[in-house]
Amino acid sequence: MSINNHNTHILPKFEYYSPKNIEEACKILSELPEDSKILAGGTDLIPKMKEGVLKPKNIINIKQIQGLSGIQEKDNCIIIGANTKIRDIEKNLIIQKKADILHQATKKIGSVQIRNIATIGGNICNASPAADGVAALIALNAEISIIGVKKKKTIKLEAFFKGPGKTILNKEEILTEIKFPVPEPGSYGYYCKLGRVSLDLATVSLAVQLKMVDEKVENIIIVSGSVAPTPLRLYNIENLCINKKITNDLIDEVAEKISREIKPISDTRASADYRYLAIKGLAKEAFSQILEKSRGTR
Amino acid sequence: MKVELIINGKKCIFDLEPNILLLNLLRDKMDLTGSKYGCGIGECGACTVLLDGEAVLACMILAVDVDGHNVDTIEGLAEGDKLHPIQEAYLEEDAIQCGFCTPGFIMSTTALLKENKDPSEAEIRNYLQGNICRCTGYVNIIKAVQNAAKRMNKK
Ligand SMILES: Cc1cc2nc3c(=O)[nH]c(=O)nc-3n(C[C@H](O)[C@H](O)[C@H](O)COP(=O)(O)OP(=O)(O)OC[C@H]3O[C@@H](n4cnc5c(N)ncnc54)[C@H](O)[C@@H]3O)c2cc1C
Ligand code: FES
Ligand code: FES
Repeated sequence: MSINNHNTHILPKFEYYSPKNIEEACKILSELPEDSKILAGGTDLIPKMKEGVLKPKNIINIKQIQGLSGIQEKDNCIIIGANTKIRDIEKNLIIQKKADILHQATKKIGSVQIRNIATIGGNICNASPAADGVAALIALNAEISIIGVKKKKTIKLEAFFKGPGKTILNKEEILTEIKFPVPEPGSYGYYCKLGRVSLDLATVSLAVQLKMVDEKVENIIIVSGSVAPTPLRLYNIENLCINKKITNDLIDEVAEKISREIKPISDTRASADYRYLAIKGLAKEAFSQILEKSRGTR
Repeated sequence: MKVELIINGKKCIFDLEPNILLLNLLRDKMDLTGSKYGCGIGECGACTVLLDGEAVLACMILAVDVDGHNVDTIEGLAEGDKLHPIQEAYLEEDAIQCGFCTPGFIMSTTALLKENKDPSEAEIRNYLQGNICRCTGYVNIIKAVQNAAKRMNKK
C-alpha cells in the first residue's frame, strides 16, 4: 500500500504559508530567505520540485488571496488577475470576442487538466521563452502590475524577462494583474506553435497581432517563442509590414527575412537549424490566416 | 495542518504535512487506489480526479491546497453495485485493456460530458489529450465516450 512512499515522486519537506491578503504575502516573502517560492497552480513548480531542480525551504501559496483572479473590461482595457486559471481565460467570452489571439494561445497550453490548475501569473513568472500565454499577451501590448512591501509598479510585459526562468521580480514582489488595451476595430491576431505532441511546450511559436486601415497595416506586434532566451519581439519584421497591404509578395518577403531576426539554440526539443526553417512556415501560416480573416469580415 | 475535504461526497478530516500530494492522500491514507500514479509530472492523466467538478491532476496538487473543496474519484461513480453509465460504456466498447489509464480516462470523460452532452469525435480527442493510453489505440475509447453520451442523454 505504501509503495508511493518509496517513489522518487515524493515532494521533499518545506514550510507552508497561505496568506489571506497581499500585504501579508509580501511581508512573509520579505522576511523569509531567498530559497522561498510562490505557489500558484504549481504546474511548473511541483514538477521542478519532484525532479529536484528546485528545493525551496518555504512555499507561499497565493491562491487564498482575495481579488487576484478574474477577467474584467474597464476603460477600454481588459484586466486579468494573476491567479486567473488558464481554462477560465480560454472560456471567457470577452477574451473570445475581443482578444482572440489570447484565446487561441490559451487553448494550446497543456491539457484540460493542466489548464484547470495553471494560472496566467504562473505562465508569466515561470519565465519560459516557450510560454504560450506570454507571447500572445506581449502581442496584445500588455503591461503587468507588481506589488512589493511598500510599492506598486507597472511595466511592459516584454521588459519583465531577463532570461530563461529569470525575471526582474525581487523576492518580496508579487505579480498581481495583467492589463492590455482592447484591440481596435480592424484588428486581427493569430497564434501558432509547433510541438511534437499536443501537450508539448512550443519548439517554435509565433504571435502576430495587427490593425488594418484601408487594407494597410497600421500597427503590428510580432512575438516569437522558444527562439531566444526570452520571448522575442521581431521589430524589423514589424517595420517591414507597416503601411503595406498584406499580399502574397509581402508574406513571402516576411518568410524570407524572419529567420535572420531570431537567435535560437539547439536543445532537447529541436535544433537551431530546425527553428530557423520552421519559423518561416509559421510566418506564412500566421499572415495567410490573418489575410483570410480580414477578407471574411470585410 | 488540519485539512477538511469532501471526498466522494463524504466529509473527511486529516492532519497533514504540507508536502503530501492529493494523490498520496487518496491512495495511501484513504486506500482509494483507483487513481493511478503514472508519470507524476502532469503528462499522462492517470491521476485525473474531479476538483469541484473540474478534471485536475492529483499528482501535482498539494492536499493542503484543496482544504474545504470537493474531490471526486473513480470510486465514487458507481452507486453500490450499479456501475455509472460511463463505466458501462467503457466495458461494452472494450475500451479497457490493462486498465491502468482507465480511471483517469473515465474521470476526464465525466468532466467532458458534463460540459458537452454530445461531443463530436474531434471534440472528444481534443478534450482527452491529457490522458495517455498505451494499449487500446484510442479508437474504442472514443466509441465508449460516444456510447456513454447516448446512455446519459436517454435518461
Ligand atoms: C504536462 C504539462 C504541459 C504543459 N504545457 C504547456 C504549454 O503547452 N504551454 C505553456 O505555456 N506552458 C505549459 N506548461 C507549463 C505550465 O503549465 C504553465 O506555465 C502554467 O501557466 C504555470 O502556471 P502555474 O499557476 O501552474 O504556475 P506555478 O508552478 O504555480 O508557478 C510558476 C512560477 O511562477 C512563480 N509565480 C506564480 N505566480 C506568481 C505571481 N503571481 N507572482 C510572482 N511569482 C509567481 C512561482 O513561484 C513559480 O516560480 C505545461 C506544464 C505541464 C506540467
Ligand atoms: S501521474 Fe499525474 S499526470 Fe501522470
Ligand atoms: S488500457 Fe492499458 S494504458 Fe490504457
